Amino acid sequence: MRKTVLLVVLLVNVFVLAQAQKGEPDLLSLVDDGKKEKEFITNAFKATRVINGQSIEFLGNGVLDLRILHRFGFVNTGIKNLFGLDQANMRIGIDYGISKRVMVGFGRSNVNKELDVFVKYRPIWQADGPGGSPVSVVLVSGMTYNTLPWTNPNRENYITSRMGFYNQVIIGRKFSKSFSLQLAPIFVHRNLVDSITDNNDTYALGIGARMKLSNRVAFVMDYHPILAGRQTGTEDPMSIGFDIETGGHVFQLHFSNATGMNEKAFITETRGKFWKGDIRFGFNLSRVFTIVKPKTYRK
Amino acid sequence: MKQKVFSLLLATVFLSTGLLAQGKFFTKTGKVYFNCTGGIEPIEGTNKSTTCVLDSKSGAIQFSMLMKGFEFEKQLMMEHFNENYVETEKFPKATFVGQIANNSEINYAKDGTYPAKVKGKLTIHGETRDVEAPGKITVKGGKIIATSDFKVQLSDYKVGIPSIVKDKISNDVKINVDLLLDPLKG
Repeated sequence: MRKTVLLVVLLVNVFVLAQAQKGEPDLLSLVDDGKKEKEFITNAFKATRVINGQSIEFLGNGVLDLRILHRFGFVNTGIKNLFGLDQANMRIGIDYGISKRVMVGFGRSNVNKELDVFVKYRPIWQADGPGGSPVSVVLVSGMTYNTLPWTNPNRENYITSRMGFYNQVIIGRKFSKSFSLQLAPIFVHRNLVDSITDNNDTYALGIGARMKLSNRVAFVMDYHPILAGRQTGTEDPMSIGFDIETGGHVFQLHFSNATGMNEKAFITETRGKFWKGDIRFGFNLSRVFTIVKPKTYRK
Repeated sequence: MKQKVFSLLLATVFLSTGLLAQGKFFTKTGKVYFNCTGGIEPIEGTNKSTTCVLDSKSGAIQFSMLMKGFEFEKQLMMEHFNENYVETEKFPKATFVGQIANNSEINYAKDGTYPAKVKGKLTIHGETRDVEAPGKITVKGGKIIATSDFKVQLSDYKVGIPSIVKDKISNDVKINVDLLLDPLKG
């Protein structure tokens, strides 16, 4: 009995030692505690916008993004308008990343001479590993301010009549290296609308997707079906395009029926019928600058 | 009786694994810095969570690091590094499995600084190449400080550089390794 016990003990030990001596010893396994660290998922989209709508992507801490957006005229107006290029609507704006989860932005569009400002916050960030969320949840809240002369200067006009507001929840997931999808219900409120029959409140569902075609090029789609409170005569904004990355720039080239370049504008003022050919060419140009260097970075 | 056998078994297993750990040193916070500046803009990154195990008896040395762990001065550079160049989602780890060629010349029991020659296989971006690097091993109070400077070529590891940024990124990558190794307890 005792002998067999000793033999077993000996064998087990020989086995343990032999395992370790076999071939190229795997030294790293000696210190591997098998713990997987929580890893936040990044680069679900190339830019902080899908095309028109906000994406689940953020700027880094201390990064400033100069954004120049163009929307041309309808392509189907033909050669006499150079397929819409004669007519340009633009928005110029600056976004800034306050932290990895908070960013703010400001811009001005020439359509309605409108100013807009927003704040975007990411309470839940998709992550791999223990305790990681399968989706990111992002909240966006913004305000627009129309600076056009009053259409009816004879009546009593209020400053607040120039204002519009929007609130949005974005739920998105990067499914794989190349495919990301997000759903983004949005509520837009306008303090003043054109006529008594119009709705002050409009609800839409943003659907945004990205499919990477190569490391530097991606196909994107951004669709906002209007669920309730449609402004009379407007259509659902639909855009498709390509994100192209060259060095420090991201070009988003796309075709869309929307002119508006802030949430209030593209949700309540899109009049083109996408499927009937009322399509505009447009681009978003984004250039980022690192203003504050990350504290964690040390040589 | 049964308990005794079990504790004997346990004790000897611990002893033999302890024996395995003997003479080994490790770190999980090793620093690896790289620089491949081609133009004016410095292109450099630091990884401060490199795992390394050194077996002082055989001279075997192994590294493993998560490529995503590289930190950069610019967020965009980090994005490009991960997404476009080393494709960290596809190839999350870089490893090195090698040997200190002149291990017999290093006295791990005595404080001092010894030159070391390291040879082995370096895997980055899914490509494995033989590398040789000069290094320095400093033994101090039972701990080891290991440093090395060497160069690799991006093209060897099939890291593509688009022509538009050819003059900004150098194909020669300077790599600097800086480790403080603690004795491994079994």
